[in-house]
Amino acid sequence: MARTSLSGWGRTSPSIADVVSPTTESEVIAQLSSARGVIARGLGRSYGDAAQLAGGVVVDNRGLDGIGPIGDDGLVSVGAGVSIDELLSVSIPQGWFVPVTPGTRQVTIGGAIAADVHGKNHHVDGSFGAHVRDLRLATPGGALTVSPSDDPDLFWATVGGMGLTGVVIRASVQMLRIETDQVLVDTDRYDDLDGVMAAMKDGDADYRYSVAWVDCMTRGAHMGRAILTRGVHASRADVAHATLLGPKSAKLVVPMDAPSGLLNPLTIKAFNELWFRSAPRHEVSEAQSLSTFFHPLDGVRDWNRLYGRRGFVQYQFCVPDAASETIVDAINRLSSSGVPSFLAVLKRFGPANASPLSFPMPGWTLALDLPVGPGRLPAVLDELDGFVLAAGGRVYFAKDARLSPSKVAAMYPRLDEFLEVKRRVDPEQRLSSDLARRLHLVGE
Amino acid sequence: MENAFGQPQSVVVLGGSSDIARALVRRLCAARTQTVVLAGRDQALLDAAASEAREHGATTTATVLFDAQDVSSAQPAVSDAFEAAGATVDLVIMAVGLLGNQLDYENDAALAGRMATVNFAWPVAALAEVRRRLVAQGSGRIVVMSSMGAVRVRRTAYLYGAAKVGLDRLCVGLAESLEGTGVTLQLVRPGHVRSKMTAGIPEIPFTTGVEEVAETVLAGLATDHLVIFSPPVLRYAAFVLRHLPTPLWRRVARR
Repeated sequence: MARTSLSGWGRTSPSIADVVSPTTESEVIAQLSSARGVIARGLGRSYGDAAQLAGGVVVDNRGLDGIGPIGDDGLVSVGAGVSIDELLSVSIPQGWFVPVTPGTRQVTIGGAIAADVHGKNHHVDGSFGAHVRDLRLATPGGALTVSPSDDPDLFWATVGGMGLTGVVIRASVQMLRIETDQVLVDTDRYDDLDGVMAAMKDGDADYRYSVAWVDCMTRGAHMGRAILTRGVHASRADVAHATLLGPKSAKLVVPMDAPSGLLNPLTIKAFNELWFRSAPRHEVSEAQSLSTFFHPLDGVRDWNRLYGRRGFVQYQFCVPDAASETIVDAINRLSSSGVPSFLAVLKRFGPANASPLSFPMPGWTLALDLPVGPGRLPAVLDELDGFVLAAGGRVYFAKDARLSPSKVAAMYPRLDEFLEVKRRVDPEQRLSSDLARRLHLVGE
Repeated sequence: MENAFGQPQSVVVLGGSSDIARALVRRLCAARTQTVVLAGRDQALLDAAASEAREHGATTTATVLFDAQDVSSAQPAVSDAFEAAGATVDLVIMAVGLLGNQLDYENDAALAGRMATVNFAWPVAALAEVRRRLVAQGSGRIVVMSSMGAVRVRRTAYLYGAAKVGLDRLCVGLAESLEGTGVTLQLVRPGHVRSKMTAGIPEIPFTTGVEEVAETVLAGLATDHLVIFSPPVLRYAAFVLRHLPTPLWRRVARR
C-alpha cells in the first residue's frame, strides 16, 4: 500500500490515496470493506477525477490480467486490467479486432466498461458495453457474474457506471473478425462546418468508421472547417500485401512538462492551420494501418505534458440530431471568446444502449481539448453546459473535471435507476471517487 | 471536491467578515461553492456574511467565533470550522489580519505584541492545524492573504509589514512542504485595497477595490502560481521594488 498522488489524463486536481495492486478476486473483495472508500483505476486515461479518491483506497487493476483463448466465435475472456493495446497484440495476428476502441489503445478493459467508451463506429456498432457478453464484478457483498440476461440491472449499471457498482475482475468480449491489419480510408476536407455535418449525416451509414477533426479557432466564412476521415476494414483482396501485425509502441515521447501557456491561441492557431493544409482535399481508399487510423494519439507518449503543470480539460458533449445547431453554437461561442482549442473531434452517435449512465445518445458528439489557465474558460464552459442541457444533451463523465452537480440529474435522467442499483449492491457507499463526490453520485 | 479550475465546493474562511474574504466568497458561491463556514470575532458581521453567501448560492453555512489575540484559540477554531463543514473541505482562506496605527504600536509595547499575534502568531498556529487536517484528507487548497507590504517593508507600516513578511515566508515554506500531499497553497499579495481595514489611508498607485482582488484570486485558482498578485501587474512591480537601491526606495515608500 503506497500513498500516491493521482490525477486524470488532464492532470488537474490531483489527490492522495492509498494504492493497492491486487491480483486475485479475493484480494479485491478484501479491499472493498474500507470505510474510507474504494475506486478502481486502470491506466489513468479518464481526463478528470474519475479514477482517484482523496484519502481513500485506489485499486490498481493492472494485476487483474490474463487473456483467454479467442474462440472460433470471437469470444474472449479478458482480465479487467488488460489494456486494449495488449489485447490487440494478441488478437490481431489471429485475425480479431476489438469491437470498439477509443482514440487511445492505452485503456484497460475495466476502464472501457466503466466509461462505456465509444469509438469511430458508434453509429454502426454502439459503445463498448454492447460487445460485453458477461462480466465478473467484485462488490462489497461478494463477487457476481452478471450479463444482459443475468441481473441486467446490475450489468447495465456497471456499464457506464464509472466504477461505482464494484470492481470489474474480468469480462467476456465479442471480438470482430478482420482479414488484414489495414483500413481503407476516404479523406475529405470541408471549408465550413455545415459542409462537413451534411456530409456526415448523408454518408456515414456507408462506412463502419467515421470521424471529423474540426478547427474551432477560425472565425467567419470558414468557421468550423474540417477534415473528415471515414474507413472500412480492408479485406485480403483490397491490399497488395495482406498482413496481420499487432500495434507498435510509440516512437516519440514528451520527456518533461512543457511550460504552461506553450499551447496558447497563437500556437494552436498555427497548428490547426498546418493540420488543415496538410490533409488532402479528397482522397479515396488510402490503405492505413489500424494504429494510424484508430490511435493517432498513441504516436506520442505522454503528450498530455504539452499542456504544462496546469493541465487541460476535455469538454465532450452530445446532443440529439434535432439540436445539431448546438454544435454550431458551441463552436461559435468558443471561437468568439478567444478560448484556444486544439482540433476538436466531431462524430455521429447511433442508438443508445440500456445503461442508465452511458453517455452516447443518437445524434452528434463534439470533444475539445482546452488548456487550463486564468482566462474565461470556466464561465464559457458553464455557458456551454446550458446550451447542451437546453438541447436535451449531456456531458461525458469520463472526460469531465468541472461539471456542476446541479446539472447531472437533468443530463442523465435515468440517474435514479442507477442509484437504486448502487444502493442494492453497495448499501454503505464504499465505492466512491473524487468525481462521484464532486457530482454527488454518492453521499459524501 | 475542487474542480479542474480550482473552484471549491466547500470553503472555510478564517477571518470571514473581512471585505476581501466576503467578496471572494460571493464569487466562489456563484461558481461551485455550496458549503461555507465563516470564522471570525464578530457574530453579527459573520451572520451578515453568511446570509450574503446564501444569497449567492451557498446551501449550507455556519459560523465559528474566535479571538485572534489568543493563540490558544487557533486550534479549536479550525477544528470547529472543519466539523461544521461536515465532509471534505476543499479550500481554506486565511484572511485574519489587523492593520492598526503604526504610531500606536511604536508607543505601546503591549499593543505591538498583540498586533504581531493577530497578524502572525495566530495564523501560524491555525495553519498548522489546517495543514494537518488537509494532508490527512489527501486533497485541498489553502489561500493565504499576504500583502505587497511583504515584498519590501515600508517605513510607514514596518510593524504590520514585518508580521506579513513572516506569514508570507512561512507560507512559501509551507507550500514546499505540501508537495506530493494533494494539498496546495497559494499566497495573495494585493496592493493597496480600498476596504474598511484601510479606510482613511491615502491611496497609492495600483490601488484597487475588493471586487478586483476577488476576481483576480478566482482566476488565480486555475493557475499554478504560488503567489497571486492583485492587480496582476504587481508581479513585475514587485521585482522592481525588491531591487530598488535604498535611497530610491525611501523616496518611493515615503507615500
